[in-house]
Amino acid sequence: MAQLTLDKLNKTYGESAVVIKSLDLHVETGEFIVIVGPSGCGKSTLLRMIAGLEDITGGSMHIDGTYVNDDTPSERGIGMVFQSYALYPHMTVYQNIAFGLELAGKSKEEIATRVEESARILQLEPLLQRRPKDLSGGQRQRVAIGRAIAREPKLFLFDEPLSNLDASLRVQMRMEISGLHKRLGSTIIYVTHDQVEAMTLADRIVVLQKGNVEQVGTPLELYDHPRNAFVAQFIGSPKMNLIPGTLVKAGQTTSVVRLERGESLTVNVGTPASAEGRPVRLGIRPEHIVWGEGMTDPHYTAEVLFVEHMGNETYLYLDSGDPAEPWVVRNAARSEIDDGAVVGVSMPAEHCHLFDENGLAFERPRQHAPVTSLQ
Amino acid sequence: MKLTRKQQKSWSLFWIYAASAFAVLICVFPLYNSILTSLRSGQDLFLTNYVPTTFYWENYVVALVNNGIWRSLLNSVFVATVTVGGCLLVSITGAFALARIRFKGQKGLLFTILCVSMFPQVAVLSGMFELVRLLGLYDSLWALVLSYTTFSLPFTIWVLTTFMRNIPVELEEAAIVDGASLWVIITRVFAPIMGPAMVTTGLLAFIGAWNEFMFALTFVLSGENRTVPVAIAMLQGASQFELPWGTIMAASVTVTLPIVILVLVFQKRIVGGLTAGAVKG
Repeated sequence: MAQLTLDKLNKTYGESAVVIKSLDLHVETGEFIVIVGPSGCGKSTLLRMIAGLEDITGGSMHIDGTYVNDDTPSERGIGMVFQSYALYPHMTVYQNIAFGLELAGKSKEEIATRVEESARILQLEPLLQRRPKDLSGGQRQRVAIGRAIAREPKLFLFDEPLSNLDASLRVQMRMEISGLHKRLGSTIIYVTHDQVEAMTLADRIVVLQKGNVEQVGTPLELYDHPRNAFVAQFIGSPKMNLIPGTLVKAGQTTSVVRLERGESLTVNVGTPASAEGRPVRLGIRPEHIVWGEGMTDPHYTAEVLFVEHMGNETYLYLDSGDPAEPWVVRNAARSEIDDGAVVGVSMPAEHCHLFDENGLAFERPRQHAPVTSLQ
Repeated sequence: MKLTRKQQKSWSLFWIYAASAFAVLICVFPLYNSILTSLRSGQDLFLTNYVPTTFYWENYVVALVNNGIWRSLLNSVFVATVTVGGCLLVSITGAFALARIRFKGQKGLLFTILCVSMFPQVAVLSGMFELVRLLGLYDSLWALVLSYTTFSLPFTIWVLTTFMRNIPVELEEAAIVDGASLWVIITRVFAPIMGPAMVTTGLLAFIGAWNEFMFALTFVLSGENRTVPVAIAMLQGASQFELPWGTIMAASVTVTLPIVILVLVFQKRIVGGLTAGAVKG
């Protein structure tokens, strides 16, 4: 179990292709860090750099205060779980788990103890003599994790470990990984493109885009106080609605925005006077939009373009004036509403976000005590 | 009249069996004829019927002991085995470099390897002779090992490279994370996975070395260093005008047997090797 410090980490291919730009990150002992971002954002490269499978072009990396830039993966003491599991197909589960220990020169007895220990943790005992091809996807995943555990690494690295599993198995494995982290107290760095995995697993999330860290924070911190429009839209599903408008009146605690369609509304976000008259975007999450037929005082009336019935909830797609960007509204219950209905919509001031023309968020007041730890 | 489904089926079955029988006949007849001849002696040799008439085992004794074919058999076993061993060792490491390490001229090198495997033997015979002389290997079995390895390598490297490219990179990376050195990765991860391919290519190299005639004839002079194909060609009868057919055939059958046994033993793995791409992590 260890700390990890990345200082101005850089990765470039050739002369021009910059994959990771001057990245700083400090991971505490026992923390579960999820690196999330769209495909091609450099998150897998970053993980492979931490693993030692990819050279570090610039900057430094320390594990427990030791400089490890030039160390091999096994010298760094990391355990890694790959997306395709990468089990050795010609070895039994036992041999797969034992391989690394054997190479490390452990005694036969110690190998047996450790293999059995990790098999017990992951409920692999009945499978030890099977080969990977005789295992289901979930079982292979557990073997891959077991192989990493057995080496008692300082750092666990997961590279999109659940993306090859079907939906229900994914939920189950997510819980298993989360439980494992609680029991072992290990430091985990986990890469995924799935924001749901990030939200459910992470102590802290690192949002990466084009090799830049957009924001680091606890899941709810990112959800409630995204630093910019990218994070705001990346975290949360369906994504946050962004509505273009102009800041007509700045203020310390409230501001007034006129939306492109002409309506003005007040939001609980403080803005500097210098921003007055500048274009802004108003952000509001689908679950925060209040709607109803025959509302007395709606901000808007809008036509329902189509409705998705999920059973436990309903998504409405409303005509925003821009066909490419309908407003999405989440209704927490069933709804009888049909396409073509006209509904009233209002956007509660306390739930609105405001982003300037560069996409940076204006600071929102903290309504709840910030979540600092999720122990 | 239109055939019923059932009739159509038996009709097509009939053709399948007829065609198979024909193919088997073409393949097996030469071997059958050798076996037949090897068991005959004297005037029987020139009979034209194709059922065994006599079982004259003396031919085998004459071939193996009196004519010293057993010595050549040992030579052949040595040459073919060392060739296969060397060939697999060089080609699996070479294949690793070609499949996994990026370096300049990689494509050109792979292409050259492919081209070399297409040269006819006779084209390089004199050049190879010079090389053998230069290395002081003339009239030694090592000359054959060298030349056979040279000729087997292109094909083997090519096949193994293709195989290795199909092995997921993550498998190699998992081994690196497990602390495996390059040598351990090649021998303990790649080699077992590529077992079928190695058996197939190794067997082809073995057969090639076992049956080769031209180099064996050119590079080896003395009788005790001859390999089997040359030794059989050099078999002589009692007089200058007699070709000892029975003995020649007995020797030929004897040298075919090891190959047949090898193929039978590795049969399953050859099939596995030919149906490539079966390596999934």
